[in-house]
This record gives sequence, C-alpha cells and structure tokens, in this order.
Amino acid sequence: MELRVNNEIHEVDVEPEMPLLWVIRDILNLKGTKFACGISQCGACTVHIDGEPVRSCSYPASAAQGKEITTIEGISLDASHPVQQAWVKHQVPQCGYCQSGQIMAAVSLLEKKARPTDADINAAMTNICRCGTYKRIRDAIHDVAGNTAENTLAYEA
Amino acid sequence: MNKQFNSSRRKFMLTSAAISGGFALGLQLPAKAQDAVSGNDINIWVQINPDDTVTIKYARCEMGQGSMTSAPQIVADELDASWDQVRIEYVDVNEHFRMDRAWGAMVTVGSQTIRNSQEYLRNAGASARAMLVAAAASEWGVPASEINVSNGVISHAISGRESGFGALAAAAAEQAVPETVTLKDPADWHIIGQSKPRVDIPPSVDGSQVYGVDVELPGMVYASMATSPVFGGSVISFDATKALTRKGIIDVVAIDGIAVAVVADNWWRANKALEEVEIQWDTKGNGEVSNETILAQFNESLAAPDAAPMPNNAGDADQALANAEQVLEADYFTPFLSHSPMEPMGATVRITGERVDIWASTQSPEGLVGEMVNALGVEEENVYAHRVQAGGGFGRRGGSSDYARAAALIAAELPDGTPVKMLWTREEDTQHDFYRPLAMYRLKGGLDANGMITGWKARIASGSILNQMRGAPLRGGVDFTAVEGFTQLPYNIPDQFQDFKLTPTHVPLGFWRTVGWSQTPFAREQFIDELAVAAGEDPFHFRLKHMAEDELSRHILEKVAEAIGWDETPAAGLYRGIATTEPYGSYTAAAVELSVNDAGVINIHRIVQGINTGHMVNPDNVIAQLEGATVWAISAAMWGEINIDQGKVQESNFHDYRLLRMAQMPVIDTVLEATGGFWGGVGEPGQAPILPAFCNAIAAATGTRVRSLPLKHHGFSLA
Repeated sequence: MELRVNNEIHEVDVEPEMPLLWVIRDILNLKGTKFACGISQCGACTVHIDGEPVRSCSYPASAAQGKEITTIEGISLDASHPVQQAWVKHQVPQCGYCQSGQIMAAVSLLEKKARPTDADINAAMTNICRCGTYKRIRDAIHDVAGNTAENTLAYEA
Repeated sequence: MNKQFNSSRRKFMLTSAAISGGFALGLQLPAKAQDAVSGNDINIWVQINPDDTVTIKYARCEMGQGSMTSAPQIVADELDASWDQVRIEYVDVNEHFRMDRAWGAMVTVGSQTIRNSQEYLRNAGASARAMLVAAAASEWGVPASEINVSNGVISHAISGRESGFGALAAAAAEQAVPETVTLKDPADWHIIGQSKPRVDIPPSVDGSQVYGVDVELPGMVYASMATSPVFGGSVISFDATKALTRKGIIDVVAIDGIAVAVVADNWWRANKALEEVEIQWDTKGNGEVSNETILAQFNESLAAPDAAPMPNNAGDADQALANAEQVLEADYFTPFLSHSPMEPMGATVRITGERVDIWASTQSPEGLVGEMVNALGVEEENVYAHRVQAGGGFGRRGGSSDYARAAALIAAELPDGTPVKMLWTREEDTQHDFYRPLAMYRLKGGLDANGMITGWKARIASGSILNQMRGAPLRGGVDFTAVEGFTQLPYNIPDQFQDFKLTPTHVPLGFWRTVGWSQTPFAREQFIDELAVAAGEDPFHFRLKHMAEDELSRHILEKVAEAIGWDETPAAGLYRGIATTEPYGSYTAAAVELSVNDAGVINIHRIVQGINTGHMVNPDNVIAQLEGATVWAISAAMWGEINIDQGKVQESNFHDYRLLRMAQMPVIDTVLEATGGFWGGVGEPGQAPILPAFCNAIAAATGTRVRSLPLKHHGFSLA
C-alpha cells in the first residue's frame, strides 16, 4: 500500500491490519514515534492524520492510505517548531519517552485553539507521562500560546 | 562458546562489593587506566580539545533523572571551565571493564550518582585544572601560584599573558598528576548550584533520542515473548505449528524453560504470531496463591513471636507503653506496585563469535555485562554494552537485567552475527515486573500526660528484595531497605522497640522508586498524626516538640510549614496534612492542602514539597524531580495496586493500572534548601513525604484515617 508520511510517499508491503505505529517504526524506520501500551491508553504513539492527533498503535495502516501522516520528525526539520522550542525552554522532558506524543498532542491543540485555557489543555492532553512532567507541559503550552499570568481570561480553567 | 563464567562472575561480585563500599577514584587511577590516559586526555574524566572545548565523561546512566548534566557540572566547576565549552560523553562500558572499572560505579540507583561520585569528580576537575596551570607556568616561566583560571581562560595578571585551554592541552597532559589537590570552598562554586539546561533534552523533542527500543541494525530480527503467567512456573510444552505458518516468522524458541519467544522479520508479526503459540504451563505449585493467602501470611507475620529486632532499639518500650497515659495501636498496609516505565522492557543482542554486543535501556551497565557473562558464558571483556537513553527506570532496570538475559538466550538460538531486538508488550511488562514489596506495619505508641511520646513499637512485615533476587543474606534477620524510615526516627522517643519479620511470597520483588521510603512513611508519619490527634495537638507542632535533637529534620519541616502558611487558618473547607522524612541522605517534608466533598471526591488545592540536599548541583532539575515524584506518589496513593489471583498478576495495562494524567495534576510549590555540609540524593527522596502528608490531610478533612492503599478502595476519587 501507499502511505504519505511527512510529505513523502512510501510504498510498503504490509498486512492491512498492521498498526500504523509499527509501519512507521519498523518499516519506515522513523523511531521518534513510540510504543508504550498498544491499546490507545497512553498516547506515546501519537501522530497526526490529516491534522488530527491519532494513537497510531491502534490505527490500521490501511486506514491511513490517501491521508497525510505527520510524525514528530515531520513537524520541523530542525526542532524549530515553537512547541519544541518551548519544551526545551521549560525543560519539560525527563526520560523523554512519551514526549514525542505529548508534543504531537500539543501541536494539534494549538493549531485548533491558539489560546487554550487550562480546561482546553486538560481535555486535549490526555497522554500519560510516567515521569510526571505535566506541570511543565502545561507551562510550555501556555508559553507558546502567549498566555501569561496577567492574561487571566486565557489562563482561567 | 566457552563456559568460564564462574571465575568472571566471582570477580564481578567482588568488584561490585568494593564499589558499593565507597570506592573513590581520587587521583590514584588503576594502572591500566593511567596507561590509557594519552593525547589530550588530561585524566579519564577530562579531555581538552584543540578547539578549546572540554569533553567531560559521564559514567552513569540517564533515564530522565538529570545527572548526565549535573555530574559533569561538578567536574567543570573544579576545572574552572566555562559551561559553554563543555561537551558531555558517555564512558564506554567495554573500555571501563577493560580498565579495571576505572570510572567507578556505572550503576544508577538509590540517588547515588551525585552523592557517591562527587568526591572523585571534584578531584578529577581540580587535578586537570592543576595540570593546566602547571603547563602554563612552565611555558610562561612564571610561578604556578601566580596563575589564575576562570571561565576557561588561564591567565597571569603580572605578565598579562593569557591562554585558552586548548593551546595548553598537550602540555598539560604531559604534566605529573598532582599528588593532592585543594578542592574549592563551596562559596566559590560557579557551575555547581546553577540550573544548567539538561543536555539530553534537545533530542527528546524532535524524536532523535535513541532509547533501547530504537536500535536498528542491519539484518536485525525481532522477538516478542510470553513468560509463565504464574511466577515460578515453567513451560511444559508448546505448539507453534500455527504460528509458524504466519508471514515473516523465523523461529519459535523456549527461554530458560520459563518463556516462549517468537522471532520474526518485524516485531508486530512476532507478537501476533505469539498469540497463536499454544503453551502448556506448569504453575509449580504457585497456582493457588492469591491476595487472600498473601494477606493471611502477612497478618500472621504481624503477630509472629520470632521477628528480628532492629539495632536502634533503646530502653524498654513495653514498660513505657505500660506506664503511658494513652496507648494507640494501628496496622498499616501497602500493596505490591509495578514500575511501569513508559518504555517497556526490551534489549537487542548480537552474538558474533566470542563477542557480544548489547543495546538495552538500563540503570546498570554492570548488570547487563554480568548477565551476558552469566547467560552466554562469555568473558566480560568481550561484552560491548552500548549506551542508550532509558525510557524511564525507577528501579526496574537496576536490580535485575532479566530482559537482557532473555534477549541473549534468543540471540544464542539464531545464526552467528544475527542481531535480535526483543521487546515486551505492556502486558508482559506489567505482569513480569519485580514489584515494590507488599508490606504491613503494626505500630504502637504511648503518650504521657504532657502529650509526649514515651514508648514506641513497630513490627514491619515484608519480603526482602535482595534476599529474593540475589540470595543476599539478611543482616541480623533484618532487610534494611524494607525498614528504611524506622531505623533512625527523627523523633526523640526514649523507649523504642522495632522488629522485622521476613515474609516471602512467590511474587518477584524489586527496587521501586524510593524503595522502603516509598511506603514506610505512609505508616510512620500517619501514626505520628494519630498520636498528635490523641494528644489533642497540632500535627506540625507535635512533631517539632519531638525533634529537639534533629536540627535538619526540623529545618525542612519548618520551611515547608511556613511555605504553606501552616499557622494561619486555611480557607473554609480546606484541610491540611504534613509529614517529614529523611531519605537517601536528604531531608524532605511535604504539606498538602485539599478539600473532600460528600461523595469522597478529593480536590488537591496545593502541595508544598521541600527538600534539603545539603549541597545542590542543579536546582531546576531538583524541582523537576520533586514535581515528578509527587505525581508518582499521588498515582500510587489513589490507584496503585498489583493484585494476585491464581498465582498471577491481575493488572495488565494502563486501563487497570491507572496513572495520573494532566487533568488531575495538582499545583506543586517546591522549597529548595541547600544548607551545605552534606550531599543528599534527589531522584528518590521527593516522593517519601507525599503519601503521608496527603493521607494526613484526608484524615483532617474527613475524619477517616486511611491505613491501607490505594485510596480508591475507601470511596475516594480525585477531582
């Protein structure tokens, strides 16, 4: 089947039910997208399909045909995406394993809503981080959004 | 393959013992290491490059705890380098073994990296600095005492001469290694104590960080495995006929008689085929073990007459309790817990003749090498353990390298030179952990008429991690990791008696973040609150009046109380709890402010988390560790439990082993204290006071004293 990943077309010979995650990792060798639960619980495998965050561990590769797939490697060429920069500025990652998925979820949230509230963040950011970096993830998202402590409207839950 | 592992193994054990006994490199390198220092290597930790950059070696592991940055900060400070010129590189594990373990311990456990390495790291930096100075003095013909080094610049004020490090590197490497060096006064530190950005963060934001699971090699094959669901069970037989007909399947092999692995041309195919392998298991008599049988065993231990007394016992606790105005008694229970790091267990192994290459997320390169020697009978000098970032460790990857052994045994079944990447599913990871021990505590305390604790008894019933995992003997019958928190109370209680009853089960035990300190404070610090309530006193001031002799415990407790405004009445409907602990060489205290509605929904308004590490290398990283440890503790408090039925773990994945997510993240304020005088740990200690402070606040709010975890079983949920 043909898959379009990060603006490149790949011809892959895989079973139609093979989860997109494993095509991305083991066939296309893009290792930034992570396996952690396999049942759509944790979000470490989050990619964008036509701009929507999707948990690729439970998404059959065949269903992604004809769609635009974006992985962590595709959101910028040089870690220059504002979300990536904010992640470094706020020193968000600890082990870092879940952070590709967290960043993909945050990028999608900010594309939909440039000034998310705490409630928006709570609703959109459902990925698990075992190291417990949630506070910094929230701070980094607010920073990208330009939300400040003074901007109470935007900050209010 | 030759089978000489016995002699190598013995050497490994002895060396490990020497390290854990406080091996300090200082300036006396092992002979092999001294020979190896050449070119621009000033010593084994510091290499100065012609372009003025300085490469500092990092020997331990990185899994998010931050010491890959903070340990080199220590070297750079004594070197008087500018942080901007510093580059950090892992020490090569194979070179380390070939050089008589010149870099000391690589194992990254117990919040030891800073506190147990700081002395030799400071010496290494200071020694390299002295050699640069000696080189400058010789080149410029001036006395070394007149030479200054600051921010990577070597200068002689009188002559106005000045040089970067690079130009003097070759000459410095020729200088004699100083016999002794004078280490800086902490007041002169300029890199230690600074929140330098972590060097491993940039690759974690663009997908380029390489974890064990990400290694890819030419000709690689992939494996998924199923281990006996009942601990201690074994494989009677397996039928792989159906699995072998599936696309891409290469082999199906038994591992150690306890597991079956499918090898395929990609991992998903291996894992799907594994579901079709029919395996007959022998439960080896453990098929009847359940929560109920384990609980009965522990209740027996609480009353057993033959427990092992602890060395800190003093006075006559029974007499003191008999004389007390009031006596309280309570039992506490903490369950088994799994580590569940985000990256499941896995390893890549390639055997090529006598050489073994392994790539695995680990906290213990020594453990990986030892396991390869053990599993394959190779020489440790022929094992090449490659460095990768670990996707969380929390103790799972430090005690046992079982997953690396499994990968090695699969590789041994494959043609020479074939790399195999073995990866567990989340279910396999959850059900084949080395769990935080289940433990029970029976506490008795007596109060006099003045509300002072006069007598104290504690019975601790737990399995022993080291006894079960490695057959390590108990010292005087006591497992000292299980009784952390009870061996030296911060409270002045004249008559006390505490003992330990070993209570082994078939459930594998391991070091879970904060180890004994993850659970003992739940009992100790809640029971102190129970005594305070019985005495009619405020829990904070009740603690203080028993802490006259423990200035450091008092200090952090007071700072945390001050930060949460303990002595001011909280807003209506809000209640507070407080607790103090002294884990891993640091002093930590926490206060929690919350409300609980009639439906048992807990709303955490604020957590104040304080730590005194003595000296503090990277404050922002300390804050990050405290934040993370708090999340860790709240997850455990609310939902954490591993249940056993028919000898198996019942939980399997994040839907039934629930972890805290963003929407429930509490507000955390941190109090950092660096009073100097000691080097305390950071990664482990943060969690210790959270559980009891949280439960003390719940008791204050509801009158319900929760003595067993998790809280979900007591009708509580989190807003």
